[in-house]
Amino acid sequence: MATTEEIRTSLAELVNDVAGVPVEDVQLDKSFTEDLDVDSLAMVEIIVGCEEKFGVTIPDEDSKKLKTVGDAVAYIESHQ
Amino acid sequence: MTDVVITGMGATTPLGGDLASTWAGMLAGRSGVVTITEDWAEPLAVRIAGRCAVDPAEKIDRVKARRLDRSTQVGLVAAEEAWLDAGFGLGEDNPVDRDRLAVCFGSGIGGLHSTLSNWDALVDKGARRVSPYTIPMLMTNAPAANIGLLLGARASVRTMVSACASANDSIALAIDEIRLGRADVVLTGGSEATILPLPIAAFSQMQALSKRNDDPAAASRPWDKGRDGFVLAEGAAALVLESLEHALARGARIYGTVAGAGVSADSHDIVQPDPAGGGQSSAMLKAIRDAGLTASDIKHVNAHGTSTPQGDVTEAHSVGRALGSAVDGCVVTSTKSMTGHLLGAAGAVESIATVLALYHRQVPPTINLDDPEDGLGIDIATAVRPLPVGDLAALNNSFGFGGHNVAIAFSNANIR
Repeated sequence: MATTEEIRTSLAELVNDVAGVPVEDVQLDKSFTEDLDVDSLAMVEIIVGCEEKFGVTIPDEDSKKLKTVGDAVAYIESHQ
Repeated sequence: MTDVVITGMGATTPLGGDLASTWAGMLAGRSGVVTITEDWAEPLAVRIAGRCAVDPAEKIDRVKARRLDRSTQVGLVAAEEAWLDAGFGLGEDNPVDRDRLAVCFGSGIGGLHSTLSNWDALVDKGARRVSPYTIPMLMTNAPAANIGLLLGARASVRTMVSACASANDSIALAIDEIRLGRADVVLTGGSEATILPLPIAAFSQMQALSKRNDDPAAASRPWDKGRDGFVLAEGAAALVLESLEHALARGARIYGTVAGAGVSADSHDIVQPDPAGGGQSSAMLKAIRDAGLTASDIKHVNAHGTSTPQGDVTEAHSVGRALGSAVDGCVVTSTKSMTGHLLGAAGAVESIATVLALYHRQVPPTINLDDPEDGLGIDIATAVRPLPVGDLAALNNSFGFGGHNVAIAFSNANIR
């Protein structure tokens, strides 16, 4: 099982790849849309990327609730 | 009616990654046609193409590039070069009134790389793996729309789709936008990127492509008796058109004048040109009339000349019919002998070649014309040919599947 920090680091690489956000900016308290300027289509790519990377399934109704990096990391941790 | 002048140009083609290298390649009589070395080409009957000399993705930010189809990437590269060449800046350095700035940019087929790669993702990995960017990447108006975003164009952003006449159709529309007072500045041209197994297999099944796999540089040979079809190519070219008043007011360098356009339709067959060539001649005559010129003013024609058995002969006779006795003083060339056929971008690349031919008074050659077809009745440049001193005008022809014929008339008026 990956640790919180391992998941955050891995997620940061994904966000960087998809949206060009510097990896050091992808911190737990950051909002994807408000702070990291990730648009709705990029968010879809990030969610699908998380599913591939972490072997989880994130239904659309759940993905809409993932507002911050911390939300996403917590979701992945609890569904691994 | 205002004159419409050309103040900026850009290109990325099989001959070079910019305008200067593309023009230098044409004057050098160099072929941009190469062997396709990827595994996917192995089972195909045709394994040659005119590939971009410089990968457009190298010139675009990585994150941005992955959301843009290759057809849009090449369009953006050419458009940005043309825009800067016109002396304008981007973003806060863009001085043009956005409500007077338009984009008319064509593509024949659209974002086929994105269509096919996402189809593969759907079939191989499932619906969840289809990119959320698929639609804005594959839509045929994506090159125009992204260029509009780059420049902040708000007068209009329009896409013409008429197969291999798409770019010339876009230029014809751009002239109207300025003449009708809808815009002062228009970024126009066309882009295409379809070097993929499906279109190669499909064009090949039509017997439209050259199968000269063992000698790619000799494959595109318009009007030569040994021609056996066109060579598929990719790339883009862009022109900045301006009303003469707008260009003079800002002291712009002017390459020449887009004097007029002529559009006609064959209504004959979905792919074959009308062998009588009436539609082609009609487009040329309309362009000459629209430009306020006469046939004897036309000293140069950049032909559609794709290197197909029927098309080349039909066009030669159409040029003769349109120009009448004035055909004797007119130098014809097909730069597709070097670039291959860029489909919806062809008219843009060849418009640039036509403008530069008038500007430098040098017609680039038709290469590989070793044994000309009999009875063509036109004077084809097989080496760089000088144009006479004084006033000059020229035509650029594009004809598309569907029977679309578009001729653009250029002149060397207003050069400064």
